[in-house]
Amino acid sequence: MKVWQCVVCGFIYNEASGLPEEGIKPGTAWTDIPDNWACPDCGVAKADFEMVEI
Amino acid sequence: MKPVIVLGSGLAGYTLVRELRKLNRDIPVTLVSRDSGDYYSKPMLSNAFAQNKDATSLVLTPASEMAKQLGITLLAHTDVRAIHRHEKRLDTCSGALEYDRLILALGADPIRIPLQGDATGAVLSVNDLTDYAQLRDALGTAKSIAIMGGGLIGCEFANDLAVAGYAVTVIDPGPYPLASLMPEQAGKQLLEPLTKLGVTWRFGTAVQRIDKATSGYALTLAGGTVVHADLVLSAIGLRPRIQLARDAGINVNRGIVVNERLCTDDDSIFALGDCAEIEGRVLPFVLPVMHAGRALASILNAEETRVNFPAMPVVVKTPVHPVAVLPVARDAAGAWQVMASGQGVKMGFFDEQNKMTGFVLTGEYVGERSQMTKMLR
Repeated sequence: MKVWQCVVCGFIYNEASGLPEEGIKPGTAWTDIPDNWACPDCGVAKADFEMVEI
Repeated sequence: MKPVIVLGSGLAGYTLVRELRKLNRDIPVTLVSRDSGDYYSKPMLSNAFAQNKDATSLVLTPASEMAKQLGITLLAHTDVRAIHRHEKRLDTCSGALEYDRLILALGADPIRIPLQGDATGAVLSVNDLTDYAQLRDALGTAKSIAIMGGGLIGCEFANDLAVAGYAVTVIDPGPYPLASLMPEQAGKQLLEPLTKLGVTWRFGTAVQRIDKATSGYALTLAGGTVVHADLVLSAIGLRPRIQLARDAGINVNRGIVVNERLCTDDDSIFALGDCAEIEGRVLPFVLPVMHAGRALASILNAEETRVNFPAMPVVVKTPVHPVAVLPVARDAAGAWQVMASGQGVKMGFFDEQNKMTGFVLTGEYVGERSQMTKMLR
């Protein structure tokens, strides 16, 4: 399980915990998140910027 | 080959370079920054205190690493004094630089309102990492904070600092929080959750004087009420940095005037981000910067593109009661309608053809942003 950080706003996505409130189940890999998904904090689309592995 | 020179290492400057490098590794790029050039996330500045992050830990990538990753020359702590357009040359504090094309990603300055009193110099504003470091220092001994401005940044700081245990007073001439972005019924949703955290609201008034008190400062509001605070933060808004462009004879208005190709009236000079006025609009917040950065990268790579802005919702990071809003123009014809309400509110703005052109989601509805954005089509 990996952790990704939005380089624009610093939002952290943890694959282990997912984002249940956004309908993303715990354990969802970054690659399995739909391309139209947007960062919950800054709204930047997944495809619009890089998430960095931390 | 003379380089593309980018002035500014904020989100606009770095986003442009990052997008350009996805398309082209060969164009030489020099990035000139007034500060260190370290990459940090500006939206985090108004959310970092409760997480106990200091300025150093907010740096996501140091300048040297950015330069290496992006394959650029980075000139940090370098002030640009003048643009000589006809020679395509810049004067900086450390010598002249020649450019092929010049990108202005200069950002904006906090608006300061004129105040009376003997402590007007004590007013802080947080517009970059250095300001944030200064705020953290000042917060060390403070217990109470007055925030001038109840807009996005003011509300985010109020939430962040109240959670960290400070007594926060928000002073705003408007009638309710976030009044420039949303209707009353939505903005008022923030009142109670933030009050419970320890925020005191003062609406319909403004600070007129700031004087030193026995401890901290005394703020005299219009109407005569006096508010005491150990620290005063101004979050009134931003004004595009246009002076450098104006001095060079580039067309400026509220911002540096550019067309949908992000080009100024000089074919070799472009602008994006908080300093730019794109097709008549100054577009703050993160999303327009991302779209403009990508479009300008294509244009610099000799592709024919125009910047095209889709619906760009704005997220207000007030964790106690989060908000997402797609604002509408002040003079837009139509009306706000409540679509649902509970622990928060869901509202849409419907035009005369009953088409939804804006929305606001607060509290429990904030997760519906992407569904609402789809409903716009």
